[in-house]
Amino acid sequence: MKSAIRNAVAALLSAAALVPAAHAWEPAKTVEFIVPAGTGGGADQMARTIQAIVAKNNLMKQSLVVINKPGGAGAEGFLEVKGAKGDPHKIIITLSNLFTTPLATGVPFNWRDLTPVKMMALDQFVLWVNASTPYKTAKEFLAAAKAAGPGKFKMAGTGSKQEDQIITVAIEKQTGVKFTYIPFKGGGDVAVQLVGNHVDSTVNNPIEAVAHWRAGKLRPLCVFDSKRMPYKAKVTDTQSWADIPTCKEQGLDVEYLMLRGIFMPGGVSNDQVKYYLNVLRKVQESADWKDLMERGAFNTTSLEGKEYADWVAREEARHVQLMKSAGFIGSGQ
Amino acid sequence: MEEIQSLLHGFAVALSLKNVVLMFTGIVLGVIIGVLPGLGGANGVAILLPLTFSMAQTPGGATSAIILLSCIYWGALFGGAITSVLFNIPGEPWSVATTFDGYPLAQQGRAGEALTAAFTSSFVGALIAVIVITFLSPLVASFALEFGPPEFFAVYLLTFCAFIGMSKEPPFKTLAAMMAGFALAAVGTDPVTGALRLTFGSVYLLKGFDFLTAVIGLFGIGEILLSLEEGLSFRGGRAGLNPRVVWQTWKELRRYWATALRSAGLGCFMGVVPGGATPASFMAYGVARRMSPEGAKFGTGKLEGVVAPEVANNAAGTSALLPMITLGVPGSPTAAVLLGGLLIWGLQPGPLLFVEQKEFVWGLIASMYLGNIAGLIVVLTCVPLFAAILRIPFSVIAPIIMVICAIGAYTVANSIFDVWMMVVFGVLGYAFKKLQYPLAPMVLAIVLGDRAESAFRQAMLVSQGDLTVFFSNALVGTMTGLALALLAWPLVSLVFGRLRKR
Repeated sequence: MKSAIRNAVAALLSAAALVPAAHAWEPAKTVEFIVPAGTGGGADQMARTIQAIVAKNNLMKQSLVVINKPGGAGAEGFLEVKGAKGDPHKIIITLSNLFTTPLATGVPFNWRDLTPVKMMALDQFVLWVNASTPYKTAKEFLAAAKAAGPGKFKMAGTGSKQEDQIITVAIEKQTGVKFTYIPFKGGGDVAVQLVGNHVDSTVNNPIEAVAHWRAGKLRPLCVFDSKRMPYKAKVTDTQSWADIPTCKEQGLDVEYLMLRGIFMPGGVSNDQVKYYLNVLRKVQESADWKDLMERGAFNTTSLEGKEYADWVAREEARHVQLMKSAGFIGSGQ
Repeated sequence: MEEIQSLLHGFAVALSLKNVVLMFTGIVLGVIIGVLPGLGGANGVAILLPLTFSMAQTPGGATSAIILLSCIYWGALFGGAITSVLFNIPGEPWSVATTFDGYPLAQQGRAGEALTAAFTSSFVGALIAVIVITFLSPLVASFALEFGPPEFFAVYLLTFCAFIGMSKEPPFKTLAAMMAGFALAAVGTDPVTGALRLTFGSVYLLKGFDFLTAVIGLFGIGEILLSLEEGLSFRGGRAGLNPRVVWQTWKELRRYWATALRSAGLGCFMGVVPGGATPASFMAYGVARRMSPEGAKFGTGKLEGVVAPEVANNAAGTSALLPMITLGVPGSPTAAVLLGGLLIWGLQPGPLLFVEQKEFVWGLIASMYLGNIAGLIVVLTCVPLFAAILRIPFSVIAPIIMVICAIGAYTVANSIFDVWMMVVFGVLGYAFKKLQYPLAPMVLAIVLGDRAESAFRQAMLVSQGDLTVFFSNALVGTMTGLALALLAWPLVSLVFGRLRKR
């Protein structure tokens, strides 16, 4: 008797659920939000901001937990998601190591093992020098680096054979300048090494270097995007993000943006993807998200569905090209 | 004295009822986090970070949020000492040196004294560091900028050499243990070429060996195996419950003011650089052992051997917040998470934070004073309680420790493989103890090996292979010279000893 009533109630409830959205899928347990990088970095900050916005605005009934899996330049995190085929309770945020790590280390994973959900934003890269140096433009700086001779100018960056070094090599190919690239663990360290004059330049993300720029210690020379950043509010007394010229304007034809996108494991259903898409759209609508975008001077391009997958495929091809020409393709062990 | 005025204003901010409640909440949570191995301060703060997000939106809320989070950090710094002393299981890398004398004390039934000494020293270290932050921050911040790769390597070299030169164990055993540690630290990703190495194609070895897994196994499981063999009893079982233990210990602690001051100086230096709390605690222990008239008895249960590392690690842990605030460089993993927090709340760490967010910065500094006082009160009142844990029969407590260790090893990276790794390390730890090889140098090498290697190779890139870079200026030259002198110390004293005998 009891079970009959329960069945009836369950039938009613499911009928009620049918009315607003047919078969809407929802997570049944805690969702793991994997960050294939360490705590405190750009991807980690973005993941934790998303988590906070979700929690604050009650966007999900189940909780979202951020887990860092930085081992092997992020391979640890990607392999975990690859291995969780069909598990809708895992999502992962990416940085460029989605492309670079399998190429450089030979660890077997590819974005096609995952399901693309949504591009959240693109992270910019800016060429920085110490403010006490005489270089006011990228042209002057590169001319000086060339005059100094190969390997004399030191470029600091985050990690090895990853985005910062790829940009460095791209600059070298374009201009014939030769830098000594020095890898550090995090973007904050990189910025401080430049402030302390231990290196000559960096290609820090805006959010990593902005504090020192505002304090008058660093000088931005150009941004590696096709057009200037749109943020017109003054960051220092005299300059805004929009005042930084593009590298192309400066005669340095190098473009690079880093993907900040969300993926799910392979083999998940459309409903499941749709659920997260919905949540992430709401995240992007929040004021907190817009704040983050402006503070970090992000490129707010955001793609979904096929467009997103196509973009990732193009970007992968480009990375293969870049990594190959830089000689960064590893054979594994 | 503009600083004092700002500080008083900061106290007014930090002393609101809401903030005081948050302070105590944070401390208690932090102590619990510190006690559970595996769930380190960084994890604890990261888990609670999203909760503070909405908190930070209200006016003055960012200050409340950082008070809560930083108090978790203080609590974890206090709490890390508890398991080191009671069970010889350091919950954090910087508590390893505390086990050297803390655990023997507990075995002699003097756990209460050891804990009181550890907590009081933590407090003194933190207090001195906060005073340094209050009055010297601009000066200290610019000093940190002097540190490039060669300087960092010199600091690590100094730590390693100090260990070999000052260790009680035979130098060659210390060296052997340390080299094994370096080998383990090398597993994973090569920091300069980005290639994988020593992973033998295994997915599990990609991330290398985590310090926590190693330490939980080597110390925790190893110790339990040893106790099993020695007849199922904790030698600390005789621990008496003495409510006056705090006062009595304080009387004795006054004698060690010089050690405390030296260690605090070392700690502040290492925190600001930021070289980290772990080298600070090891160096302070080594220096205290060399300078103390009772140095030869270190390791057998001397209070002074607890004071030195605890003062230093708290001084370093606290002053590590300074480069975080002024330069955006975190001095510890926990500081890295706090840094992420600041950015999420819309505060920009950097030289301008002191100017633009006066209320926040001074509120934070005031909360460092108050948080540490609150922490001291909380942990000291619990000393008899903690000490009483040792009265629980071994057959009951050992399985509980095993379970907590396993959970701890699992939480490090949510991986069951780490639990098996812990067991392997446990057997290794048992073997080391049986063969009388020291564990600490191995642990030290696992913690710092990576960083030392990166710094060395970065320095070599900078200098294009020229080793004289380690003597290229007064700062780095002094540190390298001191390190080499310390390394040669056992050899020199051996020669002198022989000569004197003649």
